[in-house]
Amino acid sequence: MSGRVLVGVKRVIDYAVKIRVKPDNSGVVTDGVKHSMNPFCEIAVEEAVKLKEKKLIKEVVAVSCGPQQSQETIRTALAMGADRGIHVEVAGKDYETLGPLQVSKIMAALAKKEDAQLIILGKQAIDDDCNQTGQMTAALLDWPQGTFASEVSLDGDKVKVVREIDGGLETIKISTPAVLTADLRLNTPRYATLPNIMKAKKKKIANVKPADLGVDLTSRLEVLKVEEPPQRQAGVKVETVEDLVGKLKETGRI
Amino acid sequence: MAALFKARKALGLCLSGCRSLTQLAELPETHQLLRQTCRDYADRELMPIAAKLDKEHVFPAKQIHELGAMGVMAMEVPEELGGAGMDYLAYSLAMEEISRGCASTGVVVSVNNSLYIGPILKFGTVEQKKQWITPFTTGEKVGCFALSEPGNGSDAGAASTLARQEGDQWVLNGTKAWITNSWDASATVVFATTDKKLKHKGISAFLVPMPHPGLSLGKKEDKLGIRASSTANIILEDCRIPLENMLGPRGAGFRIAMQTLDSGRIGIAAQALGIAQAALDCAADYAHKRTAFGAPIGKLQAIQFKLADMAVAVESARLLTWKAAILKDSNKPFIKEAAMAKLAASEAATFCSHQAIQVLGGMGYVTDMPAERHYRDARITEIYEGTSEIQRLVIAGQLLKEYQS
Repeated sequence: MSGRVLVGVKRVIDYAVKIRVKPDNSGVVTDGVKHSMNPFCEIAVEEAVKLKEKKLIKEVVAVSCGPQQSQETIRTALAMGADRGIHVEVAGKDYETLGPLQVSKIMAALAKKEDAQLIILGKQAIDDDCNQTGQMTAALLDWPQGTFASEVSLDGDKVKVVREIDGGLETIKISTPAVLTADLRLNTPRYATLPNIMKAKKKKIANVKPADLGVDLTSRLEVLKVEEPPQRQAGVKVETVEDLVGKLKETGRI
Repeated sequence: MAALFKARKALGLCLSGCRSLTQLAELPETHQLLRQTCRDYADRELMPIAAKLDKEHVFPAKQIHELGAMGVMAMEVPEELGGAGMDYLAYSLAMEEISRGCASTGVVVSVNNSLYIGPILKFGTVEQKKQWITPFTTGEKVGCFALSEPGNGSDAGAASTLARQEGDQWVLNGTKAWITNSWDASATVVFATTDKKLKHKGISAFLVPMPHPGLSLGKKEDKLGIRASSTANIILEDCRIPLENMLGPRGAGFRIAMQTLDSGRIGIAAQALGIAQAALDCAADYAHKRTAFGAPIGKLQAIQFKLADMAVAVESARLLTWKAAILKDSNKPFIKEAAMAKLAASEAATFCSHQAIQVLGGMGYVTDMPAERHYRDARITEIYEGTSEIQRLVIAGQLLKEYQS
């Protein structure tokens, strides 16, 4: 086994920022807005670094697809303990239409190129909430997948994954190579230490173009409109249960 | 925490990027990442508990441990001794972000870095550095700096604490006042007179472990602000320490103290910046949300002028602080700039927190909003580590030297 883990990290608008829709409803405002690493990707990086610290894997490679600024996200992963980075350059129109299908094709191509033993991704990104990239990547590679992982244990060439599902927790055992997606309770990501921030500056980030990987970025989706959720309307107070039922019937709710 | 690594090369890269002030428009990438890391830590771990720490006067032990693990408690210390091996610009950035979250935590970090580790790093022997610095890099132990006395603060040359040699020991007697971290510290740098006839040239510096026979602490002062950090007298009654606990040459104490404070000023300036920024953040956010006269109060010129003045005060103090840090990192003279930074930043902190309460109106006066805490925390920055009056003397002194023909 190569002992190499690919971790996907996505640059998204910071979770604390108030999102504003562009006046032309074509998307959200991103210019000058604070961006950071997708929180689920942070959890994925932390898990990979922990596996390396336990000496169960040998190398953590952080991958990000996007414009120049994605390198900052990779640098953060390096400061957390990843060994090197791969920046897949996607800019302009291609970046606007970049989605799980394209990213999973890129991850699959990189996994083959880097002879990865594991791919760890966040379960979803907080901007599009797709929750598709991990699953699609596994399908393209015909690899087993352990999604919504809240606990991961590596044992030789097998991975035990405890998954958070609607009914509770499900434990599965899959063989590597495999794709895992990190859920919230998998771990608590570390703060980068200052020595690691200094070290990160010297770690390599390779530059790759999607064309070099033979990936076609054409999107099958077209965004028609982006709009704010409807303004929350004021509620109405009623006196009795009968009034409540009456009002609910009136507004067609029941 | 910090394994052996070659930070010097990286540090060199940082410094060469810093040396020119025209490049200040964009901080080096490492410094940006450091700033973001400290900001995230302050937002998530310090800001939510700052009010509680202040109300209950609780030392943030857990947070100090975590900051130690990150390398923030010993930022300038070289990696071989367990530190982060970073420059003073990095330290200023970290201090500002930490203090923005919690000013008390900021002062604990600053005293440990600049006032305790600072002089030992500069004047200590190899053995002293190993013994007195390395255990204090992890956040498990913090140190303090004992210069002021009940009889003299600004008048540091009049130290009445005495040290006499008795065989193979120094025996210290006297009282030190206003010592930050005293109740939480495991060691202190103490200044005592070894030769009264030499006046300020007869003061020497000593390293004393805490607790230690002959060293006791006065009651914790009940302060207006930075309440989570402990401030108390240190009382020395025939406190005996080995001869090798003298720091630097005999009689060099005053010089050591002054040089230490020159650097410490940059850290305190950064702390004041953090408080000022927190006050500005609070006021600007409120200006968006609070409506009066049919619109958010941010639309009113009276409020806008206040916010603009606050922003100018913070930004100019910040540039002064960065300049002082960069000069120090380049081994250029920085005493005047450091004093200017501390003066500007501390006055910006009191100004911004005062105006922030004004912007918040009644809400600024109650503990529901952090504005009143910033007001209380800011006030001390104009007093400790050199009062604003002393800063003016230092600046004027340096300035006049430049004009001497």
